Amino acid sequence: MFVESLRAFYGSKLAIKDCTLRIEPGQVTAIIGPSGCGKSTLLRCLNRMHEVIPAARVKGKVLLDGENIYATNADPVLVRRRVGMVFQRPNPFPTMSIQDNVTSGIRLTGRKRSREMAAIVEKALRDSALWDEVKDRLKAPATALSGGQQQRLCIARAIAVQPEVILMDEPCSALDPIATLKVEELIAELRENYTIVIVTHNMQQAARVSDRTAFMMIDMEDRAGMMVEDGPTKEIFSKPKDKRTEDYVTGRFG
Amino acid sequence: METLVRSHAATHQRRGFVSGDVVFKGATMLFALSVLGAAVLMVGALLQNSWSTLTKYGFSFFTGTVWDPNRLIFGAQAYIFGTLCSSVLALLMASVVGIGVAVLLVELHLPHWISTPVAFLVELLAAIPSVVYGVWGIFVLIPMMQNYVDPFLSRFFFWLPFFGTDSGGGRSMLTAALVLSVMIIPTVAAISREVIRVVPDSLREAMLALGATRAEMIWKAVLPYARPGIIGALILALGRAVGETMAATMVIGNFGYVGPNLFHSADTLASKIANNLGEASDLELGALFELGLILLLVSVLLNVLARLLVWSVSRGSAEVA
Amino acid sequence: MAAPALPERKPMMTLAYRRRIITNNVITGFLVLCALLALIPLFWVGIYVLEQGWPALVGQFPSILTEQSPEGGELLWAAEGTLILIGLSCCVGLPIGIMTGVYLAEFGRNRFGDLVRFVADVLAGLPSIVAGIVAYSVIVLTVHHYTPLAGGFALGLLMFPTVTRSTEAVVRLVPDTLREAGLALGVSRWRTIVSVIIPTAVSGIITGVILGVARVAGETAPLIFTILGNTNGFVGWDQPSPALSLQIFQNFLTPQDPTIDYPIGYAGVLLLFIMVIVLNLGARALAASRSGAAR
Repeated sequence: MFVESLRAFYGSKLAIKDCTLRIEPGQVTAIIGPSGCGKSTLLRCLNRMHEVIPAARVKGKVLLDGENIYATNADPVLVRRRVGMVFQRPNPFPTMSIQDNVTSGIRLTGRKRSREMAAIVEKALRDSALWDEVKDRLKAPATALSGGQQQRLCIARAIAVQPEVILMDEPCSALDPIATLKVEELIAELRENYTIVIVTHNMQQAARVSDRTAFMMIDMEDRAGMMVEDGPTKEIFSKPKDKRTEDYVTGRFG
Repeated sequence: METLVRSHAATHQRRGFVSGDVVFKGATMLFALSVLGAAVLMVGALLQNSWSTLTKYGFSFFTGTVWDPNRLIFGAQAYIFGTLCSSVLALLMASVVGIGVAVLLVELHLPHWISTPVAFLVELLAAIPSVVYGVWGIFVLIPMMQNYVDPFLSRFFFWLPFFGTDSGGGRSMLTAALVLSVMIIPTVAAISREVIRVVPDSLREAMLALGATRAEMIWKAVLPYARPGIIGALILALGRAVGETMAATMVIGNFGYVGPNLFHSADTLASKIANNLGEASDLELGALFELGLILLLVSVLLNVLARLLVWSVSRGSAEVA
Repeated sequence: MAAPALPERKPMMTLAYRRRIITNNVITGFLVLCALLALIPLFWVGIYVLEQGWPALVGQFPSILTEQSPEGGELLWAAEGTLILIGLSCCVGLPIGIMTGVYLAEFGRNRFGDLVRFVADVLAGLPSIVAGIVAYSVIVLTVHHYTPLAGGFALGLLMFPTVTRSTEAVVRLVPDTLREAGLALGVSRWRTIVSVIIPTAVSGIITGVILGVARVAGETAPLIFTILGNTNGFVGWDQPSPALSLQIFQNFLTPQDPTIDYPIGYAGVLLLFIMVIVLNLGARALAASRSGAAR
């Protein structure tokens, strides 16, 4: 995935400017930076969720396997199928059971036989490290789960549609440390089959979990977010090229 | 807040000051009490005036099909049927349109210069006095039904029991249901709109992120969540339709009837009361008051039910957010 | 945009996808249709009222106002009657409505308050004819004659739940900082409410009152057997009296001479229609200016 000169607006207000980023397949890329720098905005541009907000616009290109997802004839519905998302606060559908939550994405593209569905549910839940905890109560309402379990359910829901890329917007910020740990372990496992982009305000988490890291900051003059530097995680944290990056990762601000 | 008030009042009392606070609170409480008093008064007045017929006719009042003041036979079945049938029919039509308008206004992100007037105009439908609807019904709707709609329906749907051959010439159950549905569309639309608006955005985003079209998002994520509230809106609208008097009485034909034929004239509880109470006395008066009692009970029941449902949604959305 | 077929991924089912898009568009079109279906009756009725009422009201102005209906009564008296009734209903509905609203907002966070609120909400859905027959039994049957007081009472019963609800909502919105400021200055609570809270909320209260009046101005059913209507206008508190909505009803339902009764009736309809719309617009404008000023 390749982000090229991306700019995003809320109405007439520029939110992020001229972001360029390369996202390597099969790796975890973390986006870090101080709060308000536009990390989430950038992430949401990657699956065309930014434009869902009324009056929000995007300029620039995002290439997925060489094709621009913002081409004039590109359908966001198809894009979002290939680029899934997990949100900051777990948001399982409260009116559906655990099982139905997992299949909610696949059911959009047509009915399958129930045996096929059950297999999909099991695989998705196993891959999200949730199967053992819920296998006896698949029909229970999703709201019966704890916060960490709900987030893993959301991950299961996202991977059930077999996306190519999974975007995670601060997935652990609403979770307790134990649940956070479980999710981080999960991310490490998911790396084998998916490309993951994770936004996090927690630098240590980024260092633990990601292969590459991108650092964003607000430009004081026009108050827009911009990409400062990106590269292999080890380098960013030990030998950053930009002074601002160095200041951030060493905790001098942010 | 309370500690501030109490200590302040205590200070004043120590100085021997008769607390104006107590007087004020008492005064407002008295008025609040009068609300309860009004409710009791209403039920009491209706009960008192219908006692004679309540005790005399008992259960047969509800099941009897004949209403003849001269022979002192009072059966309310036709009027109960008329009220329920016209209201339910009206609701069926109004619910589709009303929910559609609500979804349109909330989910379609229309520019302000479109959505504000549309919302306002739909609410204006509810402001039109029912007697105006009645006049329009008599001179515009009835002829239209009689000359165009009814013949069209009987030509193509004669095989349905709803469109029989016996016709009230436009003054019918169907016409009344149409007018009622127009009058309750705003109720459905306004409450549904509010209920849909408070559905948390996180659910919408979750569904969209899975690759759903907008219609799929609305159908699978928004509406199921809002369902109890929408049902509450529908029940409330049903209550409005049940209590509507003038528009119904001016177009329904005022002829007690129980049966499936929508072209047939019919009558409702409210309409019967409006037409006959003025000249009624003794037992007939009591019977009409009993009709009023039924109307009150049905309307209260529907209102209570609706309130409970709408309540549960607003409490629920606080949990999910 | 077709997905490149990676071996382990499922290819897009393009037919099913096209169907989803078509469904989405059809539903969008359906929603617009619903809005049209809702608005067409509004314009239909509005245009009809204008079409019939304009030649009558404006064309024959001002004679139409004092022309005697063969059915009985004249518009000016009917309008006067309606105004009297509005005044009476305000006497009943406003004190109960506003005071109860204030009680619920300031003192009403308890079981009693919940009960009152619940009853008021249920009464908001009271069928207008039931209010009428209650007034009939409580007043008309007691004093043995028709009277505008009974009509005002019935209308007041219909008016107060709206006023209560909106008053409570608006008073609740007044920020607690104002209450605390008043108390901190040593002003007693009731004075704070009366001199500070209520004036702050007054435009919202007025909005609620206007909406209540708009509703009540058009009511007919409760008036049929409480004021009965009078062919000679308002003649006394213990006599039947006229009202605009009632006059319209009588002119169209039992006309003596349609050629005269109907135009008068249509003029009355236009009058009533305009009155209700103006009241609603006024309430809206007031509410808008309040929220504008608050920002």
